[in-house]
Amino acid sequence: MVKINGEQLNIAGKTLAEYLADTAYNPRRIAVERNGEIVPKARYGETVLQDGDSIEVVNFVGGG
Amino acid sequence: MNNDTLIIGGHEFHSRFILGSGKYSLKLIKAAVEDAGAELITLAVRRANTREQENILDYIPEGVTLLPNTSGARTAEEAVRIARLARELGCGDFVKIEIMRDSKYLLPDNQETIKATEILAREGFVVMPYMYPDLNVARDLVNAGAATIMPLASPIGSNKGLATREFIQILVDEINLPIIVDAGIGRPSQACEAMEMGVAAVMANTALATAGDLPLMAAAFRQAIEAGRKAYLSGLGRVLSRGASASDPLTGFLRD
Repeated sequence: MVKINGEQLNIAGKTLAEYLADTAYNPRRIAVERNGEIVPKARYGETVLQDGDSIEVVNFVGGG
Repeated sequence: MNNDTLIIGGHEFHSRFILGSGKYSLKLIKAAVEDAGAELITLAVRRANTREQENILDYIPEGVTLLPNTSGARTAEEAVRIARLARELGCGDFVKIEIMRDSKYLLPDNQETIKATEILAREGFVVMPYMYPDLNVARDLVNAGAATIMPLASPIGSNKGLATREFIQILVDEINLPIIVDAGIGRPSQACEAMEMGVAAVMANTALATAGDLPLMAAAFRQAIEAGRKAYLSGLGRVLSRGASASDPLTGFLRD
């Protein structure tokens, strides 16, 4: 299982690019952290999601 | 006055009003940019969701500099993570450090803020730390590589004005970086007073977001900030410790 923004998903083995393509995240507006380290956009295609990974997908929101 | 620019991290700004976008709406951002003249707008970083397709960036006009903050961070380490994610989002190198352990009064943790400033300045960020006004901490932030110092005026969102006035004045007098008052400014008169004291810029959000007529209040802030800045540059008139001083000639008329 892979934890994405706190939710356990059965997507181990997919690349990050494959996972994101299946979702409605706006690819221009997000950044991704895997186990506390940033994954640069250019590496989404080669980043294979492993069992136990913890992924954060973030974007900008209003804030002071 | 046209040459009176605010320089932060090598970027030049003509406006001295910074918008916090916490309570944001299209109306707020439009008023802040068009009526208050904001050229810097803060943003926060949060988990994305796949349901909301609209994003705050769609509302912010070209030419406005984005200032991501690290709100949500409780330690320097968390602030550094958020700042790096913000940079990865591709909107420049500015970051406002905001580290709070206390969720009741939302007071910044000065010690963790110094640590995060040091790490992020070394990584090339333009670091704008939000802090509780303390001269020793401000000096440490300067040494850590801060681009500005952002002391709070009163608790966030309170609209109570310059509760920390004396201590902000000490920072203005002693610190050789732009001092930007952040948090608590609720009225144009308070923004004006801060500018008269020599503060370089004022940041506000709640003051506009909770006002009756948003564009009118945004315009009022712009004028107040400009008035305060002009007063500071001109040098304020002196205050007598006692007595009076005639402003009219005292030469004779009507009696010898």
